[in-house]
Amino acid sequence: MIWQVLEGLSRDSAKRLRFVPGVVYVDEGAACGQSPEDRAKTLAEMKLILQTVGFPWHIVALEEVFGLPPSVLRHLAQEPSGTKGAYKAAVDSFLQQQHAPAPGEEQLSQPGSQDPQGPAGLPTAAQTEAQAPTAAQTEALSRLFDSVKTLTAKEELLQTLRTHLILHVARTHGYSKVMTGDSCTRLAIKLMTSLALGRGAFLAWDTGFSDERHGDVVVVRPMRDHTLKEVAFYNRLFAVPSVFTPAIDTKAPEKASIHRLMEAFMLRLQAQFPSTVSTVYRTSEKLVKAPRDGNSGGPPGPRCLLCMCALDIDTADSATAFGAQTSHLSQMQPPTPPAEAPTTPCCSAGVGRAQGCCRGAGPCRREDPRASVIEQLCYGCRVNMKDLPSLDPLPPYILTEAQLRSQRASVLQEIQEYLIDSDDEVQTGES
Amino acid sequence: MPAPQCASCHKGRAALRRPRSGQALCGTCFCAAFEAEVLHTVVAGRLLPPGAVVAVGASGGKDSTVLAHVLRELAPRLGISLRLVAVDEGIGGYRDAALAAVRRQAARWELPLTVVAYADLFGGWTMDAVARSTAGSGRSRSCCTFCGVLRRRALEEGARLVGATHVVTGHNADDMAETVLMNFLRGDAGRLARGGGLGSPGEGGALPRCRPLQLASQKEVVLYAHFRRLDYFSEECVYAPEAFRGHARHLLKLLEAARPSAVLDLVHSAERLALAPAARPPPAGACSRCGALASRALCQACALLDGLDRGRPRLAIGQGRRGRDEVGPATGTSQEREQVQPPAREAVPAVPTF
Repeated sequence: MIWQVLEGLSRDSAKRLRFVPGVVYVDEGAACGQSPEDRAKTLAEMKLILQTVGFPWHIVALEEVFGLPPSVLRHLAQEPSGTKGAYKAAVDSFLQQQHAPAPGEEQLSQPGSQDPQGPAGLPTAAQTEAQAPTAAQTEALSRLFDSVKTLTAKEELLQTLRTHLILHVARTHGYSKVMTGDSCTRLAIKLMTSLALGRGAFLAWDTGFSDERHGDVVVVRPMRDHTLKEVAFYNRLFAVPSVFTPAIDTKAPEKASIHRLMEAFMLRLQAQFPSTVSTVYRTSEKLVKAPRDGNSGGPPGPRCLLCMCALDIDTADSATAFGAQTSHLSQMQPPTPPAEAPTTPCCSAGVGRAQGCCRGAGPCRREDPRASVIEQLCYGCRVNMKDLPSLDPLPPYILTEAQLRSQRASVLQEIQEYLIDSDDEVQTGES
Repeated sequence: MPAPQCASCHKGRAALRRPRSGQALCGTCFCAAFEAEVLHTVVAGRLLPPGAVVAVGASGGKDSTVLAHVLRELAPRLGISLRLVAVDEGIGGYRDAALAAVRRQAARWELPLTVVAYADLFGGWTMDAVARSTAGSGRSRSCCTFCGVLRRRALEEGARLVGATHVVTGHNADDMAETVLMNFLRGDAGRLARGGGLGSPGEGGALPRCRPLQLASQKEVVLYAHFRRLDYFSEECVYAPEAFRGHARHLLKLLEAARPSAVLDLVHSAERLALAPAARPPPAGACSRCGALASRALCQACALLDGLDRGRPRLAIGQGRRGRDEVGPATGTSQEREQVQPPAREAVPAVPTF
């Protein structure tokens, strides 16, 4: 994709792309269990390639999630300020690298765009390279990933953290769009995987062309029309250099995680029915970003803490209510005291702790921080969290944001009766 | 090593672990929990109002057996009365044995049983005849497409015969999950938009249908049948290996091994799919030939039968609409159709085209 962008920006292409690109590479070696020497070697290879590309680059290590601010999890509505400043910096760095100053001719200070890549794709370089991560952070990261029980949850957690990190880099450097290199095949696999993980409500955001969940920074997927085979041929024909880094699921057995299973299944089915991937892709184009019942006219509900989609836990739906109810009926003593007051008529016998986003009494909630975090997550993230026995190894920004939100919710509950019922006021009060 | 104690009554020895939660329960407590969950599904969704006459689609297999048994236990509490309806598709060597099982069950439970046969309803077309007609085209036979559509019609006819107000079928959570996967893999946006709820409320002239076992996983259904010592017929249909659903089923087994809650997650996803309005099926009308619920001029059953009668069995399958609107041989009303000798073909093109 970076090569395509390079061509698109070059002087002699027919339709010139008009934006200021930068490249981001996230070094995930610690999560994958790589040794420091391997990571250094990979980084050196990456830098080599990135320098030939010539865009401003940023290398960040995944350990930096431990230093992220909680604002990453908030939905910011405005454009990131300081685009002009970043533009100038970009121009300066361009001149420093003595490449053709393409941005100099375009008087646009608007959308800068940034191309982050996954671990096995084209690498990116960091101009403003952060200092090497400290050993403590690396250890904290490996502890976090070791505490996750299943590979599925590990992969999901990795994706979440990576998204947040890239988002943060984009915001600090003033980029307003993030382009990812997901191809058609990968998106079809991702669609089926999300379906199996319980994220059916958010498929349009996860696999659509543009994903504006985070407000100011939009994630776009320009490569979604190209199949993996086409990409491979392109890379080969045009001698696009690439670096291979082992990912978190390299050499894992096929049945180890849902992602692997789905990938193997889709590729096998594709061999038998050659239209499988394109059929699934076409179905994904028919998905819209609206709640199913069409109550999109009302104010947006609370958002999931981790994936920032509107929460899809409904008190009236059948599957989640049933899941909670079976765990309640079968247990005489629920393991944690139910911290929420029952508000749902259908579960008349009381509510399990995964039920709804109801507001409990303040003191009860603080005794059970895990429940308060869990109730701010969407269904898919909740299922992932089940594989995480303790929430402590999570990066602090997640925990502080969770606590902030639950405090705000309880405060709002207390003053609810005094508020004049205007939707605007309520919305600015919540994060 | 002594077996653990039952987690809910703390008295008996635990005899099983629930697949979904891993909890140890004794036999009676598990059955009670299962029945309570089904009751909750029915009551919460207001699926079967009191006074309903419920036609249970009984095939002799484990799902419909368990369904009939549980509903029979819950009938006094729900205030409903049950009728068994069995469908004879005319698959030799398979359906006869299954029907024998259904008759035994009806006798044991003292429930009225009605058997409707494809041969009577659909002008002599049994599934074996359909299979012969669709064979040899080089592609898969898609027998299951025919069977599914025709069976739904047959069930509806049977329900009307016994004067039922609701139809229930024994689809479990695994079936729903497989359906979602299959529809996605085949790109069937119309079915994706239609499915996912707890059952259709019955538009047009169709009876309301529901699936009370929809949230129970297949393993639990089997366990329930084991503990209640129910007698059912457990072989696979002879045409099943050709179905596309087999791929979805295989995938589901793998997913369940990787993550036990995968089935429920899929059902949750399915309920929340948001499809574009253009992909949704058109509003329901009535079939011009038989008057049943249809979204086009002909209901799917009539369209399929039309194709079979004309010697072009794939006419109504898939997206192609070529030739569908041509006027076929006069088939008349269903009474006349019974008198037509199957499979009658007069002056049709020699080679089925598609």
